Amino acid sequence: MHNTLFEGYGGLLWNGTLQTIQIAVLSLLLAFVIGLLGAAAKLSRNRWLSVLAQIYTTLIRGVPDLVLMLLLYYSFQDWLNRLTDALSFQQIDIDPFLAGICVLGFIYGAYFTETFRGGVLAVPKGQLEAAAAYGLTRWQVFRRILFPQMMRFALPGISNNWQVILKATALVSIIGLHEVVRAAQDAITGTSSKGASQAFFFLSIAGLIYLALTTLSNLVFMSLERRYSVGFRRPEL
Amino acid sequence: MIDLVKQYWQQYLWGTLAHPTGLVITLWLLVASLGLGFMLAVPLAVAKASRNRWFSIPVSLYAYVIRGTPLYVQLLLIYSGLYSLEAVRSTPFLSTFFRDAFNCTILAFTLNTAAYTTEIFAGAIKATSLGEIEAARAYGMSGLTLYRCIILPSALRRALPAYSNEVILMLHATTLAATATVPDLLKVARNASSDFYMPFVAYGLAAVLYLCVSLALIRVFRSAERKWLAYLG
Repeated sequence: MHNTLFEGYGGLLWNGTLQTIQIAVLSLLLAFVIGLLGAAAKLSRNRWLSVLAQIYTTLIRGVPDLVLMLLLYYSFQDWLNRLTDALSFQQIDIDPFLAGICVLGFIYGAYFTETFRGGVLAVPKGQLEAAAAYGLTRWQVFRRILFPQMMRFALPGISNNWQVILKATALVSIIGLHEVVRAAQDAITGTSSKGASQAFFFLSIAGLIYLALTTLSNLVFMSLERRYSVGFRRPEL
Repeated sequence: MIDLVKQYWQQYLWGTLAHPTGLVITLWLLVASLGLGFMLAVPLAVAKASRNRWFSIPVSLYAYVIRGTPLYVQLLLIYSGLYSLEAVRSTPFLSTFFRDAFNCTILAFTLNTAAYTTEIFAGAIKATSLGEIEAARAYGMSGLTLYRCIILPSALRRALPAYSNEVILMLHATTLAATATVPDLLKVARNASSDFYMPFVAYGLAAVLYLCVSLALIRVFRSAERKWLAYLG
């Protein structure tokens, strides 16, 4: 694909882009689920749960994502090696793709927890009480009353978190994933004999791909925001 | 573990006077890029909030490009991309500037934080209440005086909560310096990890130090907000 345009590295860049999108979307889903559970734990009346969720969000949001990524990835591999050594099994290498998604999901789950907690708190309590008074089960209250309204309040935060996750996928090249930045670096190494200005060219391409992805997701979030604002009038200023 | 701490604790914190490493470098990167970024962001925010499109559109474009791309890519572009250009290498000043990893890192961080800070400050400037500006005009203030005495002091205060968030994110972003061979806290942790093959201890120590700095910054900003935003409470 575009063989002449990208010095024969078009296919590599394209695969890298797809990999980036996959990693970002899967980590988003994981972070979304962790965020919902975390928010539920943080708002729960069970003190142990809420303290645990508080520790999780404070620790994760206080430590840089790159440090957490390296810490979790290499520590788990280290522990796994020790375990397989102790049981005299063959060494198992953690799949970087899966590990990258788990680590990103786990980190950004903490940010989603805060986003969802804010969203839930913004839903008027009377609505939930009214729903309960109508005899809706807890699941129905969540599905029909809490979730749609919470999403309206949480959407700006979700949109922001998504952009951060998308940009954080650039970091997983450091733990060996072949996403778009890594593809650009491979292309630079591959074409280094042709003269040095290739580095600038391929890195700019990587930047433009990210810019296209963030622009596209902005448009998607704008339409989502319209969808979740149905029946809600903004005050005219 | 004791050996690792014994051998590396000084490098984690400050290294030596001749070769500072670790936390000191991280804090220096943070202060330098935030300071330069702030100085850049204030005029850019004024330009972005202005009604003159010749000022606001270029600034919006700059913020859009920087905020739409990962800092890691920006750093790579400045560190290894620019130096690969013939025009840069043949100019003596640019050549010496971009050969130094430290300069490149600070430049990338400054440009990045300036874009985010510009958005924050521009938002605060636009949200200045009309009454304050009308009152200032009634006192005969205009242009520079209006900005210096009324709009900026009020807007920068109101931007404090969002700005403190940006400062924490910038602290987290300084870890990328390690990928450009700058001996910051993460770089020391990486060295210690590969030296002793104890990733959990090596990175865990760095994580604890970063956490302490984050918590300290949050405390500082909270007291700053109590002081300067008291009138809004």
